[in-house]
Amino acid sequence: MDLKLLNADPTTEERAAIDTAIVSLSSVGADGVFAKRHLLLPALEAAQGRVGWISEGAFNYICETLQVPPAEAYGVMTFYALLTAAPRAPRVVHVCEDIACKARGSDALINELKRSAGPPAHYVPAADHVLVGDDDVAWLPSPCLGLCDQAPAAFVQIAGEHPIEELFGDVTIDRLRAAMGGTLSLARAPRRRLPQAGGSSLRLLRRVDVVDPTSLDAYRAAGGYEALRRAFEIGPEAVVRDVTDSKLMGRGGAAFPTGRKWEAVAKQTVRPHYLICNADESEPGTFKDRVIMENDPFALIESMTIAAYATGCEYGYIYLRGEYPLANERLSNAIVRARARGLLGADIMGSGFSFDLEIRKGAGAYICGEETAIFNSIEGFRGEPRNKPPFPVQSGVFRKPTAINNVETLVNVLDIVRFGGPAFAKIGTDASTGTKLFCLSGHVAVPGVYEVPFGATLRDLIDLAGGVPDGRAIRAILLGGAAGVFVGPQDLDMPLTFEGVRASQATLGSGVIMVFDDTVELLPMLQRIAAFFRDESCGQCVPCRVGTVRQEEALARIAAGKRRGGIANEISLLDEIGLAMKDASICGLGQTAYSALESAIHRLGLLGEQTGR
Amino acid sequence: MIAILPPTAPARMVELEIDGVEVGALEGSTILDACRANAKQIPTLCFLDTLHPVNVCRICVVEVEGSRVLVPSCARKVEPGMKVRTDSERVRHSRKMVLEFLDSSVDLSTTPDVADWKTAYGCDSERYGPPALPAPAAERDHAHAGHHEPPDPDHRATVAQPVKIDNSLYVRAYAKCILCYKCVEACGTDFQNSFAIGVAGRGFAARISTEFAVELPQSACVYCGNCIAVCPTGALMAKPEWDKRSDGTWDESRQTQTDTICPYCGVGCTLTLHVQDNEILKATSPFDQTVTSGNLCIKGRFGWQYVQNRREDEPSA
Ligand SMILES: Cc1cc2nc3c(=O)[nH]c(=O)nc-3n(C[C@H](O)[C@H](O)[C@H](O)COP(=O)(O)O)c2cc1C
Ligand code: SF4
Ligand code: SF4
Ligand code: SF4
Ligand code: FES
Ligand code: FES
Repeated sequence: MDLKLLNADPTTEERAAIDTAIVSLSSVGADGVFAKRHLLLPALEAAQGRVGWISEGAFNYICETLQVPPAEAYGVMTFYALLTAAPRAPRVVHVCEDIACKARGSDALINELKRSAGPPAHYVPAADHVLVGDDDVAWLPSPCLGLCDQAPAAFVQIAGEHPIEELFGDVTIDRLRAAMGGTLSLARAPRRRLPQAGGSSLRLLRRVDVVDPTSLDAYRAAGGYEALRRAFEIGPEAVVRDVTDSKLMGRGGAAFPTGRKWEAVAKQTVRPHYLICNADESEPGTFKDRVIMENDPFALIESMTIAAYATGCEYGYIYLRGEYPLANERLSNAIVRARARGLLGADIMGSGFSFDLEIRKGAGAYICGEETAIFNSIEGFRGEPRNKPPFPVQSGVFRKPTAINNVETLVNVLDIVRFGGPAFAKIGTDASTGTKLFCLSGHVAVPGVYEVPFGATLRDLIDLAGGVPDGRAIRAILLGGAAGVFVGPQDLDMPLTFEGVRASQATLGSGVIMVFDDTVELLPMLQRIAAFFRDESCGQCVPCRVGTVRQEEALARIAAGKRRGGIANEISLLDEIGLAMKDASICGLGQTAYSALESAIHRLGLLGEQTGR
Repeated sequence: MIAILPPTAPARMVELEIDGVEVGALEGSTILDACRANAKQIPTLCFLDTLHPVNVCRICVVEVEGSRVLVPSCARKVEPGMKVRTDSERVRHSRKMVLEFLDSSVDLSTTPDVADWKTAYGCDSERYGPPALPAPAAERDHAHAGHHEPPDPDHRATVAQPVKIDNSLYVRAYAKCILCYKCVEACGTDFQNSFAIGVAGRGFAARISTEFAVELPQSACVYCGNCIAVCPTGALMAKPEWDKRSDGTWDESRQTQTDTICPYCGVGCTLTLHVQDNEILKATSPFDQTVTSGNLCIKGRFGWQYVQNRREDEPSA
């Protein structure tokens, strides 16, 4: 292609970083128009990681090397919150401003930063390429970092030849100052153990904080790779049958039967088939997949190998959110070790089956957890959801049949294969089988991931997490994440099963249980949820692109006491906006952007209180 | 190039129900096709026969029995036994809201049909409050994904911003842009393969942009003007039309449209010349013309400007 490029060159350092990124990623299966394009996001991330922003020279070099038209590459680069086209300091601290952290004091941290370190680095005045903030360090507010059990949280990136990235929990002003100053050792809080670590009833979490996550031998000694061995014994059809018999439902939020998905992919005659593990985990309040990936990475690699075997996938991707550096490190290590022992690659365990996989890092976009947006993101296009049909099982990544599953869904497959589908189906309830991971955060004594068989009630889970501290009363509980619903103390006996929450018009979503006690002001939480959806909308369709703005504005008017035509009018306007987003948006983001607000208003009567003020 | 080829196998007929009436439609055609063939009026904005459907504006949504959400009629294919409602309460509500969302954030003054639709669907864009002041030049071009300034309780956000005039042939008034993606498709794989523009940013800050928002003369633009031809809102406009509209002398009642064959090369593209007071103001090509599908090159689209300008310049030269 004859590309018109910018008149700018990369530095030697930028060029080397980009070259390394491109070479290190295999391009299995990607052919034709996709052959180079799929390297675009990794190349942009490499340039960003080297100097802390993407210069015109680095950008130019990427476009030329990968033969991507600059206007298209620019559209991709500006889609992601972790990439920036304006000069920026090499060290950046992202401070979580999302709801779980807000409930645990992040506003104070952010106010302190505004006071002492100036404005956040996202505002670039017009076309001037000026460095915002100090020379070496900049800060940004961040959406949920997936560390809500250790709220408040922060994420630090330090650009360089060996870029450093780290997540920090239990952040205090002093730890934040240490992170801003680059002394990361002083920014670390003591590590927290899994609350249920070593518990005999655990299935998905049984190895967490018990087995060394970096050692393949330790994993095997703890029963690792027995499931894959059994899968090879019984054959792919029997694996799919077991998964179908287990009645396993997807844990990523949409609760789709996994067996049906796998069967559909296995049947496709078009080749190759791809497997994607959705590890984008960005739903506010969700951190269960991180806990698995950081602490039991081999389990994910083994279950993906089984999934690939069952569905006939030649190649797999783990699409991992960009803010999970430890998960990235642990998974990368697991992949290398598994490959070295013939557990990935050609002829795995002498079975004749070949499969390999790689990690693709996201770059700050919640929407890239939507399954079709992931395809576009991997292919090197903007992470905009696609119109369905066609469905992923027919036409997914690189327009080939694709099986895509959540991390927790996949890890369930190990026990299903080891003990058989019918045995798995006996755990839990009739319609919700197996165990479920719940992410408890906010005002509970011991926040963290908890595993229980389906059937436990909301009250059981909150009790498991030690209840609400200081004997305070519960004001509200957010179930399922920002895309979920608020319920109240009257709902504590709701069984947390798919059928149980449905009967109460709630949702399990991604397993979020965020508790707010009676000291919390809920309106600012709703405003933050609205701001989140506005920030994370891909902008493709009108109902979501503009609806999320109008919804946030209505809440701002209510909060400022500047209601247009009174509170009832504002509420009916919100309802009208919400209905259009739900009915006419392309994807789940817009369709659920009013869900939590609607439940706070109509279920908890939140804005009713506002009228009295 | 014609973007959408007709199905090759002889198409079969599909029976479906539209607003309670049984109709037949060709297999592979869309609900919109079926509606139009049966004289049902469906508003569309991002749809154009000659481009791949992107189904982003959502004004064409209809209700399909059994579907949890509404579906875009411009992209959804007909299926046997489908029961479609084109004017239900839900459909009317979403259309009204889409129109209000656009009308309250974008200048739709040069978008055809909008005034009628607003009346038909009972839109009231003022209920979102008075509009904020236009953004300073280039501010929207540099918005960082994932962040925005907190909303202003006294004003509604809009995409208002100064027009971009960086060449003598056409202007880009993104205050009128509804982000329908048509220009990007026309400039890219659907027609032109120049890829001079793309969608940048995300959410409400999403925008049509060149790389790093460079001016058009620095971009890959070849001034074919095919983006202007497909733009439904007048955000992209030939310079003479923009100038005439700006000084209030644009008057369609005084204009004639004359078809001619482009004189520049042997392809034989049909040119429609829009003339007011003996002055050519723009050149288009009919979308249903087989040679062009509405597309031209810089010579056909803008060549007359040079001719005209030279002639006008002569006396003073
Ligand atoms: C806006 C949005 C974000 C999503 N994010 C995630 C995510 O981070 N992880 C995930 O597993 N599923 C996510 N999903 C759901 C996926 O689209 C998809 O349903 C899921 O990956 C399927 O896997 P499962 O069947 O194993 O649940 C998201 C959906 C939407 C609409
Ligand atoms: S609903 Fe929102 S996120 Fe989804 S496609 Fe539309 S604009 Fe993008
Ligand atoms: S004039 Fe032609 S080349 Fe230039 S932006 Fe428009 S479609 Fe692309
Ligand atoms: S400039 Fe015109 S054609 Fe392009 S997206 Fe905007 S409204 Fe559509
Ligand atoms: S890490 Fe802050 S809300 Fe989740
Ligand atoms: S015309 Fe169908 S979505 Fe725009």
